[in-house]
Amino acid sequence: MNYLNEDIDSLNQKLAQGTLSADKLAQDTVANIKQTDKKLNAWITVQEDAKVSEELNFSHNKLAGIPIAIKDNIMTDGVKTTAASHILDNYLPVYDATVIERLKKAQATFVGKTNLDEFAMGSSTEHSYFGVTHNPWNLDKVPGGSSGGSAVAVASGQVVAALGSDTGGSIRQPAAFNGIFGIKPTYGRVSRWGLIAFASSLDQIGVMSKRAKTSAQVLNVIAGSDDHDSTLSTRDVPDFTQFIGQDIKGLRVGVPKEYLSDAVDAGIRTVVEEQIAALEAAGAIINEVSLPLTKYVVPDYYIIASSEASSNLQRYDGIRYGYRADDTKNLLDVYVKSRSEGFGEEVKRRIMLGSFALSAGSYDRFFRQAAKVRTLICQEFDDIFAQNDVVVGPTTTTPAFDIGSEISDPIKMYNNDILTISANLAGIPAASVPAGLVDGMPIGLQIMANRFDEGSIFKTADFIERTNKFYEKKPAGMED
Amino acid sequence: MKITEETIKHVATLSRLEFGQAEMGKITEQMDSIINMADQLSEVDTAGVSETVQVVDRDTVFREDKPEHWQDRTELMKNVPEQANGFIKVPVIINKDEDE
Repeated sequence: MNYLNEDIDSLNQKLAQGTLSADKLAQDTVANIKQTDKKLNAWITVQEDAKVSEELNFSHNKLAGIPIAIKDNIMTDGVKTTAASHILDNYLPVYDATVIERLKKAQATFVGKTNLDEFAMGSSTEHSYFGVTHNPWNLDKVPGGSSGGSAVAVASGQVVAALGSDTGGSIRQPAAFNGIFGIKPTYGRVSRWGLIAFASSLDQIGVMSKRAKTSAQVLNVIAGSDDHDSTLSTRDVPDFTQFIGQDIKGLRVGVPKEYLSDAVDAGIRTVVEEQIAALEAAGAIINEVSLPLTKYVVPDYYIIASSEASSNLQRYDGIRYGYRADDTKNLLDVYVKSRSEGFGEEVKRRIMLGSFALSAGSYDRFFRQAAKVRTLICQEFDDIFAQNDVVVGPTTTTPAFDIGSEISDPIKMYNNDILTISANLAGIPAASVPAGLVDGMPIGLQIMANRFDEGSIFKTADFIERTNKFYEKKPAGMED
Repeated sequence: MKITEETIKHVATLSRLEFGQAEMGKITEQMDSIINMADQLSEVDTAGVSETVQVVDRDTVFREDKPEHWQDRTELMKNVPEQANGFIKVPVIINKDEDE
């Protein structure tokens, strides 16, 4: 089964009418993944025995029997969950993440776990213990990261929807590079219980799919308060699908001038300006705005994210779970050797940066200052959302780059996230919707909104989709 | 600020990581450029600005301090790398010979 021409509604209809059986759908999905993944490497674990045993209720559950891909840093009871790390390469969770529990209740089908940058740290899915994932539009290009496997699984038609996680752009950047829709909801909208922690104040689980409506349908299931996660908001969750098809007349759209500077590829600027012109032609009010702190978001993010990572990753000590090194002399030796052998290069770099920023003598100059700059970044967005419903701009400064071209230069790699990071620091929702092609590769339009206003994002993204019809385009790299 | 190999050795100890001689040069050089990039934050005037630690509209959440059953011990022990008689096995913590 290939999903390039399917969405949840079309599958639900076939399943409800009985022209397609959920068991056959699961088997065909797995068969297609095994075939196409030889050149993509989007999956770490494929559940060959994926089957649907319970009594499915297609009329009540839109997701009943629908195969969904899960990024391999989200706990799935009894199914290997590795975070793409050697340190967890044999880890078998004994519980489900809240999002998985909710998808199970909605009777979705699980076919396996997708590849990522180790512990979700990276922008290319090249930092995985399980090898590099390839972009279906051009197999020599990176798929973006860290949710590169989930993005490729959707873009190549292996599944109709996938869960990803986004700490600094890990859903939106790969969505842009692969020509799909990806949304990071407001921080506190979706439970992080069972998500392998990277940076606790920034991480958020979100959804990737070809169409915005599909993501709205999945987000409806996974969003909402959870006793296991005390950082969750207790606000009501609206039906996100109600925003699909709404008129955008009068929508106030802020366009930050920093997001269309010379640092952004000229081809991307042209495509994004065309999309903004389409919004204006349909009655949206376009306002030029400014986010002058944009030049500081990369250092701010790397200090905060790495500091939280160094603290979260102290739990990998080789004692209770995960990889334990051989030939150790004493307990300290177990910790040091297990961590040094088990973690990859990028993860070790971030632990080191975080330990440095939090250490005596550096804390005030680095961590405390970063936490204060974060306050100023939040204020910049508060001011803009007092006058605007959404903020739009490019998702990335370049289209997908060549595999191997940036991996040896961490700073170059870190700068890839300059346009996506702000949303995580401010906790606001943000999405990437396909905007067009530049040099044959997809690029994304980023849409941000005020906290808990995912509705305005869905409304805007759906309009863009209906206008440019990018979903009709198929990835060229998949042709034999 | 200049990051030296001494600083990196100290931070590696704090991080419970070790780097071989060949890796040490590379990580020192990379950390030097990353930390200098991060140090651009010093340019921002933050006088009188408070720190943001979390962005959600919730106060500290409390719950009653009572134990709850979550998982069976045997289930949780399945991922332990080395165990004996139902307990987690670790190398000697206090070595008698070294103490003497």
